[in-house]
Amino acid sequence: MRELTDRALNVAEIKGATYADIRIVRRENQSIVVKNGKVEALSQDEDQGFGVRVILNGAWGFASSSLLSLEEVERVTALAVEIARASALVKTKEVDIGPPIVYSDTYRTPVKIDPFQVPLERKIELLLAADAGMRLAEGVAVAKSNLQFVRERKGFAGSEGSFIEQEIIESGGGLEATAVGEGDVQKRSYPNSFGRHQGTAGYELIEEMDLVGNAQWVGEEAVALLTAPQCPGVVTTLILGATQLALQVHESCGHPIELDRVFGSEASYAGTSFLTTEKLGTFRYGSETVNITADATIPGGLGTFGYDDEGAPAQRVPIVKDGTFVGYLTSRETAAMLGQESNGCMRADGWNRIPLIRMTNINLEPGKWDFEDLIADTDEGIYMEMNKSWSIDDKRLNFQFGTEIAYQIKKGKLGQLYKNATYTGITPEFWAGCDAICNQKHWNVWGTPNCGKGQPQQVAHVGHGTAPARFRNVQVGVMK
Amino acid sequence: MLGERKMREIAERVLSLSAANQTEVIIMSEDSGLTRFANSYIHQNVAERNVGLRVRAVVGKKIGVASSNDLSQEALERVVERAMTIAKLQPENPDFTSLPSPATVAEIEVFDEATASFSPEDRAKAVGLVCQLALNNGLIASGAFTTGAGELAVANSLGIFAYYSTTTADINTVIMSDDSAGYAAATAWKVGEINTEVVGAEAVGKALQTRNPRELPPGCYPVILEEYAVADMLETLAYLGFGALAVQEGRSFMVDSFGKQIMSDAISIWDDGLDPTGLPMPFDFEGVPRQRVDLIKGGVAEAVVYDSYTAGKEGRASTGHGLPAPNTHGPIPGHIFMGPGEVNKEEMLASTERGLWVTRFHYTVPVHPKLAIVTGMTRDGTFLIEKGEVAYPIKNLRFTQSYIEALANVELVGRATRLQQSWFGGVRAPALKLAEFEFTGATEF
Repeated sequence: MRELTDRALNVAEIKGATYADIRIVRRENQSIVVKNGKVEALSQDEDQGFGVRVILNGAWGFASSSLLSLEEVERVTALAVEIARASALVKTKEVDIGPPIVYSDTYRTPVKIDPFQVPLERKIELLLAADAGMRLAEGVAVAKSNLQFVRERKGFAGSEGSFIEQEIIESGGGLEATAVGEGDVQKRSYPNSFGRHQGTAGYELIEEMDLVGNAQWVGEEAVALLTAPQCPGVVTTLILGATQLALQVHESCGHPIELDRVFGSEASYAGTSFLTTEKLGTFRYGSETVNITADATIPGGLGTFGYDDEGAPAQRVPIVKDGTFVGYLTSRETAAMLGQESNGCMRADGWNRIPLIRMTNINLEPGKWDFEDLIADTDEGIYMEMNKSWSIDDKRLNFQFGTEIAYQIKKGKLGQLYKNATYTGITPEFWAGCDAICNQKHWNVWGTPNCGKGQPQQVAHVGHGTAPARFRNVQVGVMK
Repeated sequence: MLGERKMREIAERVLSLSAANQTEVIIMSEDSGLTRFANSYIHQNVAERNVGLRVRAVVGKKIGVASSNDLSQEALERVVERAMTIAKLQPENPDFTSLPSPATVAEIEVFDEATASFSPEDRAKAVGLVCQLALNNGLIASGAFTTGAGELAVANSLGIFAYYSTTTADINTVIMSDDSAGYAAATAWKVGEINTEVVGAEAVGKALQTRNPRELPPGCYPVILEEYAVADMLETLAYLGFGALAVQEGRSFMVDSFGKQIMSDAISIWDDGLDPTGLPMPFDFEGVPRQRVDLIKGGVAEAVVYDSYTAGKEGRASTGHGLPAPNTHGPIPGHIFMGPGEVNKEEMLASTERGLWVTRFHYTVPVHPKLAIVTGMTRDGTFLIEKGEVAYPIKNLRFTQSYIEALANVELVGRATRLQQSWFGGVRAPALKLAEFEFTGATEF
């Protein structure tokens, strides 16, 4: 690897680049899907390549290739320089990435059981057993169970002197039961929405899920939803389960705190952010109950790593403290605009994409409540769990979510089951209504493996630590 | 670019290495560049050269898939062996019938040398025109301009070999002030058909017209949807329910609807991978020639698209809509057309007593897939219409609406159509005037 990285950095320097870095990435992916007793998908994929970033004439250039050879590294580095030269034709300021950062290190995801060493037959057997469990419930039209494993080996070398090698391992899986009947289609998922929870972990994460032990109720609840009444439209108290809250945090906090978005870099695609820089340190994002942290170091989080893809170390960063907005996710370039240093959030989806500011693990810190006590303390409201749909405007203010399941809360008890539950709000008004968060016992870091951003599009794997929480005066039941 | 001869040679090597009962190989190559801009300067500028190899091995009725982007002999052997090994490990899938047999694939010409050789400097100059237009009007430009070339070859042990090469060019831009925004986009397989100044001018116009937006309460309104918004509806419907697996699994809005009037009789929607006014692709990812499929004809639900797996379950032929294996979502239309009408957008406007003009949708997500109830926002050009004229720009609204019900209430269909890039192909759609559309929320800008 050194021979290739040294060649890239040398060529870049000879051609006049004032900064260069190269990432070489090899990724393996194993995916198994069982549907209605049949193995519908069983695949093993590998992918490798390298990408070179340069700054020349105060502008960025990036080029990439799947061919790992010295000649190709020379060609691609020269192309990156040519591209930077082209960028400089339409420039209004010089790129400034702040002071140098230099690290020489290695990092490997700590795992107990290497998921790629677990025999495929054992994985198939597990999914078939879980599949059978879901289909015990009459009315389940489609039972789907899946496992996914990823190993990414990457090397980063920068012209300032960094050389970092990392191996990130991920394991994920889950269940999804779809019931069809009464002119309707309803589904239930476990342990996370759209049938998959994932983390930087070994096969031990799959064992902890106990897919087989949870399969039957997943099927039964999907069927029960077919005949449940629709969630009523009312302004009420809303308690969100942890997995739904993970997506709430993702959309209404994780994205608007990406500093590149704030500065307009994503305006043409996913949009900008209402958290403009004059709000930093003073804006009331939510109630005093709300504390949010970005943490790339938390063990097992899907957004956990050793170093970001600019060579900055993984960090824990306060974002919202006692309700006040205090921090962004930054890169070297965006942090420099605020007179700060990067907090290590530049992540690239593979060798052929530039790093962008991405979430790491964006966590709503746990509170003090036991879940049972929180329900008992709520006179009237609705409890919703497990995301089914999501949408938010392009400044991250107006949102609407749908969940798989909801229950009426009356006089401190869960009661009537509801289907097609939805709720909507405006981000800071919603978080201002948060008056209780459950404690560490109910807190988990949930994996969101499908976060999209950038042109060309990139998909990031991110995490959200959440426990159930209560929100007052929320409009629920949008769907007629 | 590898070229047809090289791809055929690789395919033959892979097939000869495989001891499976049936084997399929997909080979692709890509050479592309994307110049992205924000705050009226180029802030990201990238290029990629990549290849891909995907092998599907069938052993009895067991299927394994392996892939790589390394085309060395060692990698070919590894991928073939891996696909075989994992195929043997699983139980048989009784629903699998066979990989497809050869059929004649239409020859099409969708490769443009000027597009393939469009340089970073060429893209920068084109982008510079958009940025300058914005700056001249006191506005800020953002967007992305991409050009590139690609090849696809599909071969299998039953005798299929299909190859084509294509080029692509696409620009989209959002131009903003501190309280307004406008959007425009264009796509083609020949970069010479894209005029970035025209695209920029369209977005600049909307950005100027949407200054000082006012609040409007949500509610049910007649709407004029520009082609960008209609394209989003078609893409969503295609993903949700125009594929055979969605019907077979009971989750499609087409279930129990075939032969029934489910949309206005002014609405016809079809998929045609050979139509030269789209982004043509002559065969699918199983090497089966793409057929034209009439999905909705005069508002009547007619048909859905099939791949070989879903077709095999019903004893019929694939329509040539297979995606790369393994595909658990099922076939999806990728070259979608909605038939044009008789009027232009000015006539639609003049006919509207009170309603909304919507340029495009943002972040549309299904709330109830079977009923095709979708939520999303308006964005980059939303106006109140009164007495046949644009009254004023409004702050963006959220909608929660069944797309099927909306298309059952079509008043007017636009004469002109616009081509947009889609999942992996294109969508060509007219503007529509709908009698009612449900807006359920509002935002602050």
